[in-house]
Amino acid sequence: MKVRLGELAKGQAGVIVAVSAADDSLTRRFMEMGLLEGCRIELVHAAPFTGDPIAVRARGALIALRRREANQIEVEV
Amino acid sequence: MSTLAQESPLIALAGSPNCGKTALFNALTGGRQKVGNYAGVTVERKQGSTRTASGRELQILDLPGTYSLDARTPDEEVTRDVLLGHAAEERVPGLLVAVADATNLERNLSLVLELRDLGRPVVLALNMMDLARSRGLELDLDALARELGVPVVPTVAVKRRGIPELLEAIESRLGALPDAGAPRPAADWKKPKAEDVRLRFLEVDRVLRAAVRRPLAPTLWTDRIDRIVLHPMWGSLLLLVVLALMFQAIFSWAELPKTLIQGGVGWLGQTVSTILPEGPLQSLLVDGVIAGVGGVLVFLPQILLLFAFILVLEDSGYMARAAFLMDNLMGRVGLNGRSFIPLLSSYACAIPGIMATRTIADRRDRLITILVAPLTTCSARLPVYTLLIAAFVPDRPLLGPIGMQAGVMMALYLGGIVAALGMAVIFRRTLFRGPTPELLMELPTYKMPAWGNVTYGLWERARLFVRRAGTVILALSVVVWFLSTYPKAPAGAAGPAIDSSYAGRIGHAIEPLIRPLGFDWRIGVALIPGFAAREVMVSALATVYSIEAKGEADPGNMTQALGQALHQSWSTATAASLLVWYILALQCLSTVAVTRRETNSWRWPLFMLGYLTVLAYLGSFLTYQGFRLLGWG
Repeated sequence: MKVRLGELAKGQAGVIVAVSAADDSLTRRFMEMGLLEGCRIELVHAAPFTGDPIAVRARGALIALRRREANQIEVEV
Repeated sequence: MSTLAQESPLIALAGSPNCGKTALFNALTGGRQKVGNYAGVTVERKQGSTRTASGRELQILDLPGTYSLDARTPDEEVTRDVLLGHAAEERVPGLLVAVADATNLERNLSLVLELRDLGRPVVLALNMMDLARSRGLELDLDALARELGVPVVPTVAVKRRGIPELLEAIESRLGALPDAGAPRPAADWKKPKAEDVRLRFLEVDRVLRAAVRRPLAPTLWTDRIDRIVLHPMWGSLLLLVVLALMFQAIFSWAELPKTLIQGGVGWLGQTVSTILPEGPLQSLLVDGVIAGVGGVLVFLPQILLLFAFILVLEDSGYMARAAFLMDNLMGRVGLNGRSFIPLLSSYACAIPGIMATRTIADRRDRLITILVAPLTTCSARLPVYTLLIAAFVPDRPLLGPIGMQAGVMMALYLGGIVAALGMAVIFRRTLFRGPTPELLMELPTYKMPAWGNVTYGLWERARLFVRRAGTVILALSVVVWFLSTYPKAPAGAAGPAIDSSYAGRIGHAIEPLIRPLGFDWRIGVALIPGFAAREVMVSALATVYSIEAKGEADPGNMTQALGQALHQSWSTATAASLLVWYILALQCLSTVAVTRRETNSWRWPLFMLGYLTVLAYLGSFLTYQGFRLLGWG
């Protein structure tokens, strides 16, 4: 099932299938941080109170981002 | 710079954030560093020198960290421009040292490939090798060098391991260069497209498949610590504890060194007074130079303590977590988590707060944070708050154990926060419109802070601060001293000496302007030195109201007498209006000077001074007129 990264719950994992931000520069930044198609990704932490931003593990590192931006990444769970 | 330095080869260090590049720079250059700014921008430029085993001198340039050459922030643009040889007033580096964190190769090698493709000689420093090995990583270094096409040197910068080998690799690469004079700028670099990044990472994976014999085990420690640090409840509590400790340190641990400096300054003033005959020179040195510069130096312990905290939190990896936890709250006023620590620091003093905004990558975020930082209640306001509250607010219980005086003090602090956050919202919607910059940051693995780096960082901050006190503050103190000393009162004049000085005349001249705020000329006179530094107003008021300390040993006596005098001559409305003025107005030349330094232009400090003065005027006007309408005039 395909979902957006920002919709994952804490502890959920999947594989990135599409990185396509409306802004091409953001797409490149996602990739530079290791958020690329084919990578395994896991939502490991969510900030207190609102659950936003989130921290995901990808390519061995922990990356923090807001759900709004995370929604531009599609994940197969 | 000497001609020799110009001729020795320039080596640029480039690497991703958190790869230990600065530690490597410190290990390479030791104390032989020069810190400045790049031409036209506020990006810090660090250059140092070192010698190879054969005695050849090398100039080392520490470039700002970046994940790629596809730059988005001023820091990253500098890195790109220097590497491409497009930076104004910068030599083109002859050799690049790519620094990569051996525990984060999956990400860091991407930049290494970009650097290699620039066509300049590259040496790869594989840093933090000890940590990588302890996590089980087995690398075939020969295969890695072969697949990348660049020499690879394993290093542990914080322990100075691998440094001679790195210098040797640099020298042999330099020796192999065809001697074609000065290196030339890269001509054919193009901004990568998303597809290029994708291909580059496929290449990273290919290189790693060829070189990695046993992969890195996950970081158990970081995961365990994060389970508490990023826990919705424990994480927030821990952040509170860390902040409480920081405040405690700033307010109480700094007290002893602060008293010592104050004592030293006082002693120096007295000594000079006894050595020099009474006259203009003595007055200039004692009341102008020593009092002015000394008044700023007393903040040095607080500033260093605060920076010690910030550097340790940054180095250990906690700072990124604090920004993560606070991002949502800061996001509501249009800022991001990175603005949290600078604003918090401004509670001690806006100067370290503004200096701490360097960790904010986005230029607009950084400017907004700098512009609102002076609204948070710094410690220099406390003497004035204390004086006015004691004189005008009755010591009666307000609510339970909280007295009215404490209540007013809290309201003043709250007023500062509300004003700062409110102005941040306004700036975000007017001057700095546009999309909220996204939050996208790595939460690095936890590390023991490298004490050498912390010490270097502190030394650097202390040096910058003291140099500023010796230049800008010194000049301004002399101006303020001159205005409040000359022309001298004619012999036998009745009023205080300041009355006939230029400051006194200015006080009289601006009286019509400040009358709607409930201020008379005497407050006007005290506001003038108060503009240089807030807390100076207490002694200025004492001068204007001719209150002399009865016996040097008891300054509390003077404050009390001053409070009584103010109570008799001011209405409650005037006192309230002055308090509101103190919440809002930018009365701190040091803040203006540091903003000038940090933004590299006069535009922002002048704008800051302008908007805060207008804001303070409006606030005081409304307060005074409101109080009078309510019958407290």
